[in-house]
Amino acid sequence: MNDPDRAPHGDARTAKAELPPVLEDAAALARTWSDPPGLVGWITTVDHKRIALRYLVTAFVMFLGGGVLASMMRLQLSRPENTLFGPDFYNQLFTTHGTNMMFLFAVPVTQALGIYFVPLMVGSRNIAFPRMVAYSYWLYLGGCLMLWVPFLLNTGPDMGWFSYAPLSEILYTPTKRADVWAQMITFTEVAGLAVAVSIVVTALKLRAPGMSLNRIPIFVWGMVVQSFMIIFAMPAIMLASTALILDRLANTHFFDVERGGDALLWQHLFWFFGHPEVYIIFIPGTALVSTIVTSFSRRHIFGYLAVVLSLVSTGFVGFGLWVHHMFATGLPKLGESFFTAASIIIAVPTGIQFFCWIATLWSGRVSLKTPLVWVLGFFWVFLIGGLTGVMLAAVPLDLQVHDTYFVVAHLHYVLIGGTVFPLFGAFYYWWPKLTGRMMRERLGIASFACFFVGFNLTFFPMHLLGLHGMPRRVYTYPPDAGWTTMNQLELVGVAFMTLGTLLFLADAWMALRHGATATDDPWLAGTLEWATTSPPPAYNFLHAPTVAGREPVWDNPPDQPIVVGLRTDVRDVLVTHVMDAEPDHRTEFPEPTKWPLLTALSTTALFVGSIFTAWAVVYCAVPLFVSMTGWFWPKHPGETGTQAWPIAHRTLPMPNEPPSGKAA
Amino acid sequence: MTAPQPPTAGQHAFAPGRRGAARTIDVSMLAPGGFGHRSLMWWGTLGLVLIEGTMFALTIGAYFYLRERNTYWPPQNIAPPDLLWGTLNLLVLAASAIPNEIAKKAAERIDLRAVRLWLVVCLAFGVAFNAIRVFEFLHLNVTFSNDAYGSIVWMLLGLHTVHIATDVADTAVLTALMFIGPVEEKRFVDVEENAVYWYFVVATWLPIYGVIYWAPRII
Amino acid sequence: MIAASFLQSALDPAGPQAAHIARLWWLLLAIAVVVFVAVLGFLAAAILHRRRDTTEASLTYAVSIAVGLTVVTLFAILIVTVWTERINATLGAASAVTIELTGHQFWWEVQYDAANPVDRVTTANEMHIPVGRPVVLKVTSRDVIHSFWAPNLHGKRDLIPGYTTAIWLQADRPDVFRAQCAEFCGRQHAHMALQIVAEPEPAFERWLNAERAPAHDPADAGALRGRDVFMKRQCVLCHQIRGTSANGLVGPELTHLASRGTLAAGTLPNTTGHLAGWIINPQALKPGSQMPQNAMASDELQSLLAYLETLK
Repeated sequence: MNDPDRAPHGDARTAKAELPPVLEDAAALARTWSDPPGLVGWITTVDHKRIALRYLVTAFVMFLGGGVLASMMRLQLSRPENTLFGPDFYNQLFTTHGTNMMFLFAVPVTQALGIYFVPLMVGSRNIAFPRMVAYSYWLYLGGCLMLWVPFLLNTGPDMGWFSYAPLSEILYTPTKRADVWAQMITFTEVAGLAVAVSIVVTALKLRAPGMSLNRIPIFVWGMVVQSFMIIFAMPAIMLASTALILDRLANTHFFDVERGGDALLWQHLFWFFGHPEVYIIFIPGTALVSTIVTSFSRRHIFGYLAVVLSLVSTGFVGFGLWVHHMFATGLPKLGESFFTAASIIIAVPTGIQFFCWIATLWSGRVSLKTPLVWVLGFFWVFLIGGLTGVMLAAVPLDLQVHDTYFVVAHLHYVLIGGTVFPLFGAFYYWWPKLTGRMMRERLGIASFACFFVGFNLTFFPMHLLGLHGMPRRVYTYPPDAGWTTMNQLELVGVAFMTLGTLLFLADAWMALRHGATATDDPWLAGTLEWATTSPPPAYNFLHAPTVAGREPVWDNPPDQPIVVGLRTDVRDVLVTHVMDAEPDHRTEFPEPTKWPLLTALSTTALFVGSIFTAWAVVYCAVPLFVSMTGWFWPKHPGETGTQAWPIAHRTLPMPNEPPSGKAA
Repeated sequence: MTAPQPPTAGQHAFAPGRRGAARTIDVSMLAPGGFGHRSLMWWGTLGLVLIEGTMFALTIGAYFYLRERNTYWPPQNIAPPDLLWGTLNLLVLAASAIPNEIAKKAAERIDLRAVRLWLVVCLAFGVAFNAIRVFEFLHLNVTFSNDAYGSIVWMLLGLHTVHIATDVADTAVLTALMFIGPVEEKRFVDVEENAVYWYFVVATWLPIYGVIYWAPRII
Repeated sequence: MIAASFLQSALDPAGPQAAHIARLWWLLLAIAVVVFVAVLGFLAAAILHRRRDTTEASLTYAVSIAVGLTVVTLFAILIVTVWTERINATLGAASAVTIELTGHQFWWEVQYDAANPVDRVTTANEMHIPVGRPVVLKVTSRDVIHSFWAPNLHGKRDLIPGYTTAIWLQADRPDVFRAQCAEFCGRQHAHMALQIVAEPEPAFERWLNAERAPAHDPADAGALRGRDVFMKRQCVLCHQIRGTSANGLVGPELTHLASRGTLAAGTLPNTTGHLAGWIINPQALKPGSQMPQNAMASDELQSLLAYLETLK
């Protein structure tokens, strides 16, 4: 790491006046990389930015939907023995809320930011395996419908987002509700895994020349760690939900105590996924915090290596604590102590990140704009969540507050603090890049204030409720329990949070219509997404960049070379080496295609059909096979100008040029 | 949200030569593709292998967890699976590594003829071990609905069967492409990656075979 | 803390274990407050005072100290935790009362162990324990997973089908404590409470002896008619009244129903009016519970109530 850690200044990019000679043919690039117009283009696009926007909008709609469910729950609990909703509907409410927020909002929304910004931040023209990413969106949409359509028909899942066996077994949930839940899991996990692989490969193989491992932006690191965690954690839930649906539909006995099965097997598999899931959700959040803190401190992040290693070690240790959700089951003591230690140790990397952020702000030139204000909210909220997390790791205390409102408070402080606050910061931060328009500072601060106050009003009293005996997942409680006042206070908090969210939406809407036009780099930030237009063109960068530092816009010297020689008549993309990002070869990326959608439709038919008959797996394998073959089958070279592979080039030695190598 | 606007002309961040002569790295001489870990496909396949390897590992974990929870394993009056067909399949799968390796090497030489020949041989092996698999199921000596032991054994074998079946389907499509499709050179990377995945499917059979056939016998 | 105004609270300990945990809580809370104030204090300073002269070396120094303090604090927490865990695991005393607690959707089966199987006592939704004497609960479930939680006495323990685990507790003062199911178990998870009556040893022994006795034949003619109603209707399919031919094992046993404080696992106070409503239309009072509707003529109901009230 040879670059000075002191902030270079925004002036690196002020030389707008002396426009450089245009080496690339912008018109040809636009022709090659643009989607067909209209609906066809909308359906067939493989542009990571369009897919990511789709993901973002859908996930945000899911966030709003989940919020509505939460408000309904608060309303029900605002009076003891309330008869507004019955137990059946209330159980659907909290199951759908939890499932929706975990599977349809939190993970997809962070992946959406990754799909949009990882390729831009590493300086690539597209994401790796863009058709798979397109496919993943359609599957994700299928998962959303799979949860919400039954809920709106009043047959939503009602056994909790954790769906513990044997309650979720056919004997105790004889309706289709648990099947719907299990296949919704399959939808979203397949989608999440596809995106995870694409993001990892993009970050490893599509980096701009010069972006060695120690220059990868922290947000990209966060997404890579998240993706690896998804790769190792999500198979567990897929296995669990498959076993569950087989128990229910094919008469197997994985969780059936009477026939040699085991109720805790479900919990082990579920939490082997479910605990890493928490880190899967907030690691991108903390990476966003690093990004925003850096940009608004106007200096390189303090302790880059420490922050990256913290992310990586959180990823590892995150797999060692699933049992801390099962302390109350009465496991052998030695196991408990091990998991207590692991749960406490994981506070260290998070602490290190906190200290590095404070050091960065301390020594930087702080510009207190809306994105940073949301991040300051993150500090307050996430710190409380982290501290209560350490309390929960203490087994004796956990035995008291486990499955009470204390845990509800804790998990919302961690997840809303760790993800939603940074996410709102990121929306404000990246809004100009996404839309080319600026949002308003004042409305942003007002929205933050309402959301922050509302959040604390809603969730802080829950700590006390839990300590004073209120269990989770109860649709009502006795009048003399002493819980009424705090539940009513929480309802007031909900009103404030709603107002904050509405202000954000209004701000976004007005910015789209009347917002000031954004420059390429309105915050004078340093990473590569700010080195292209707002919003970026279909091909991302007119000149494929090379980088000379961690924050290229700050660090690149004026004569930093660019990449030339990529073809403009096909979707040519530069592939680089994993470690030092030296140019390796070029590869041709796919054109817009209908096959991801068709494959997603056949997959959907298979998943939905399998709830009703096992034979659906066989029938639907046929269209699935056909659509995947269609996906794979190449178009005729003459038709699209596909490049033949010159035999002479295939053994061409790699030039391994240093980024500042050769001048044209 | 609106769709991205077309770029406005004239904004060229990182354009060459902001203050001097244009400096460039010319990549036009680089090969339009690469084999092995240089290619994107290799890393994509690795991702798939990690996902499915985790799935297999967890399923094997679940097998031993359930065994721990049961006094009799297999349950009383149930014989362990017959060794014949599983062991035969072990041999066939292991042997299929040979044509697989030859096909991979041929792909790396971009030798269409050899690739066609050895893909067909691979395909024959694939059909063979899928056929033998049917007999394996018939000789497990337990059904999935009998008890948890039957369920987990069928799950293990079923998961692996999904893999050998899809691998054969993949190989069939690839072989067809090599005979009738427009064969570009980058398709040879697909042949190579197909071989890598094939190795994974063969390799996973070793532990699964051991668990299904030998865990009930020796331990 | 105004813990006394809460029906059940972990911060109003009435037993040694709950007291240990409450102490651990206050300690952790104090540490958390200090950490919170310190971190946010530094953050505020970082934002407000722009000390741009700080060198990287001094930042490294400061961050290293902060990390060191974090590790030391966490290690201390770990030690206190493991220690509390150890002393809470068992109250190991030979004189312990052994109670088997079994969870059902949505009620509790309580069984007192005895050397002679004839002396075993089975009851439901109400548990009496002697003050100052350790109790060991052996818990399991007959259907889905439940969790036993009496916050004033101890942390919770899951009731899992296929597993029987032991949890110790002890009440240090005579009182009526409330326990509630803490693992989501279905539609009426909210109405699955258990009353724990802690009373001095003699009172406890008296109660236990009374529970051991089978139901007496009612003297009153109306009550006798009521007994016939009970025996001829579907009641006997699920409920047991020892000393009669009612031997159902699906629902709560009712031999001494009239002596209990609540109905339907803490859903309603045990009064004649509530009992009548519960028998006629349980699905209105506790929708989703396993108890079916029981339409009957009003004289039948009156006799049945008269009978049930003799089950003291």
